[in-house]
Amino acid sequence: MIILRLALQSLQNRWLSALLTVLAIAFSVMLLLGVEKVRNGARDSFANTISGTDLIVGARSGSLQLLLYSVFRIGNATNNFTWKSYSEIAKHPDIAWIVPISLGDSHRGFRVLGTTSDYYRHYRFRGGNTLEVASGELGTDLFDAVIGWDVAARLGYQVGDRIVIGHGLGSVSFVEHDDKPFRVAGILAKTGTPVDRTVHVSLEAIEAIHVGWQSGASVPGESATAEEVRAMYLQPKAITAALVGLKSKLAIFRVQRQINEYRAEPLSAVLPGAALQELWGLVAIAETALAAVSAMVVATALLGMLTMILTALNERRREMAILRSVGARPATILGLLAAEAGFLTAAGVVTGTGMLYAALFLLRPVLDRQYGLNLSIAPPTAAEGMTLAAIVLAGFIAGLVPALLAYRRSLADGMTVRI
Amino acid sequence: MVDQTIQPELKNVPARPGTAQDIVRLSEVHFAWPGQRSFSLAIDHFSVSRGERLMLIGPSGGGKSTFLSLLSGILTPQRGTVEILGTDIARLSGAARDRFRSEHFGIIFQMFNLLPYGSVIDNVLLPLHFSRTRRDRARAGTTLEAEAARLLRKLGLEERLIRGLCAASLSVGQQQRVAAARALIGRPELIVADEPTSALDRGRQEGFLDLLFAEAETSGSTIIMVTHDETLGRHFSRVVHLSEVARSRREAA
Repeated sequence: MIILRLALQSLQNRWLSALLTVLAIAFSVMLLLGVEKVRNGARDSFANTISGTDLIVGARSGSLQLLLYSVFRIGNATNNFTWKSYSEIAKHPDIAWIVPISLGDSHRGFRVLGTTSDYYRHYRFRGGNTLEVASGELGTDLFDAVIGWDVAARLGYQVGDRIVIGHGLGSVSFVEHDDKPFRVAGILAKTGTPVDRTVHVSLEAIEAIHVGWQSGASVPGESATAEEVRAMYLQPKAITAALVGLKSKLAIFRVQRQINEYRAEPLSAVLPGAALQELWGLVAIAETALAAVSAMVVATALLGMLTMILTALNERRREMAILRSVGARPATILGLLAAEAGFLTAAGVVTGTGMLYAALFLLRPVLDRQYGLNLSIAPPTAAEGMTLAAIVLAGFIAGLVPALLAYRRSLADGMTVRI
Repeated sequence: MVDQTIQPELKNVPARPGTAQDIVRLSEVHFAWPGQRSFSLAIDHFSVSRGERLMLIGPSGGGKSTFLSLLSGILTPQRGTVEILGTDIARLSGAARDRFRSEHFGIIFQMFNLLPYGSVIDNVLLPLHFSRTRRDRARAGTTLEAEAARLLRKLGLEERLIRGLCAASLSVGQQQRVAAARALIGRPELIVADEPTSALDRGRQEGFLDLLFAEAETSGSTIIMVTHDETLGRHFSRVVHLSEVARSRREAA
């Protein structure tokens, strides 16, 4: 097709402005898709972190807060609740399993979670996956710790290393439980959840390192050595939260109500899914704003393309007149210009998508490590495909503006080639 | 009705008025630019016989380009008939008129004839994209590219320039030769040229016309050329002043 070849050569003749136009569209498309990817990635990361748990129990607080600190290690517990309440709830006939969680200490910026071996048995993520040990074992000693994949990777720990747990939650602890070091017994396989960034120890160990401590400081003369605490009775007095699995899903709301109305102590029981919905509601406004901004960036890029085509139109009047003189219909000229706009947009969309995947490929490990954001490199979804198609269509339609202008001019110019 | 006053000027081609020999016949044509009344052009009768080499002389701004646009169907008159090869193109639809032009016309502008980014050969082959008849004629017994190269060679373009990838690098004279080859390819019945030699110096003007006419003769094309330069008149079979056939009116808006 000589006419197509000439159209491409015409574009090639203006290659710099064409290239810049394509790049502008590409970046805008990359932004639009990137925001969507991060949004979905964040949602998936959150939604995949916990599954199979029917209720989360904690001291009375907002459901979102409880979910965030107990499962996502974001923020702090308002309060702990007593072991006595925990033991009574555990006896509830509808409850299949219950796992206690104790938080409050950290190791070099990673949170320390005290729990029981039931945690490894019942914790589920990403639709039913269980925690697996990558190296070492779960450990049975009081001062055994099981660390998440990211902890091991970032700090370079191996099975058998000694670690000291700091009191409180800063990345730099001024007060450390250095008299009772732990041994890394095992490293958990990568999960893509906050578990990767957690140091797991037993509930008793949490109790043990705090023997002789009051109000966040060790009281001189009352502290016990590691050997001494081993002989002690280390039943915890309080825990932060408990994950609950029920025998029947039908009982969820009944059990939730009973826990919420528990008389001895103010408690909250939340459904993880419902709390997540609350979170989505909260961030939806920000997400909408981001999507709107990136949509506007795309519109700006298309306007830039329009400007480029319109600017070139004047110097291309000769081209139009020549085409008309050899028998090109005005419709051909209209089609050429609209096709040029469509082609530029399509090239931008393809380039932008390619750039996004390249960026994803490069940044994925960093995002995963730094923010725990696990972005999947999957082909564009149907919705994304529709968005991309809509952008190309919008570009084509935008191209009709200069096309109609050229059409009208080519009618008015007649044989005269006005330059 | 045919205007008898033009016919005596015919020199080489004997023509019977109003016969099938007339390749072009305009009658009672009136044209004004749409939306503005300041300029109008009226042609009572004008005809051209097959094989003629007609020179149309008129001053700049005298409606020469408008006249050629009407003739080739780029513009349509408000009144009257524009018969080309027996077809009244003023009655055709826009698309049909464009197709008709691509089939039967070769057009050469004063300058800026070529798509500057296209190759020389592609520029010559351009009209064939729009006309099947001319494509078939050009392809008869050869390839399109070979035919384009043959015409360019005949018109005196150097061999290395024929294979040129960028028409913009040619000189004005060379560009006009390429434009002539484009007008001639596929042997259209009519070659219409709007001051094709005005950008050339005197010596080259004559050489260009000789080559153009020789090729037009071979392909049996009729030539209509407008110019403001009467000195080239001896190359033509008939010289007509635009003022004799057309009345143009220009009013202050």
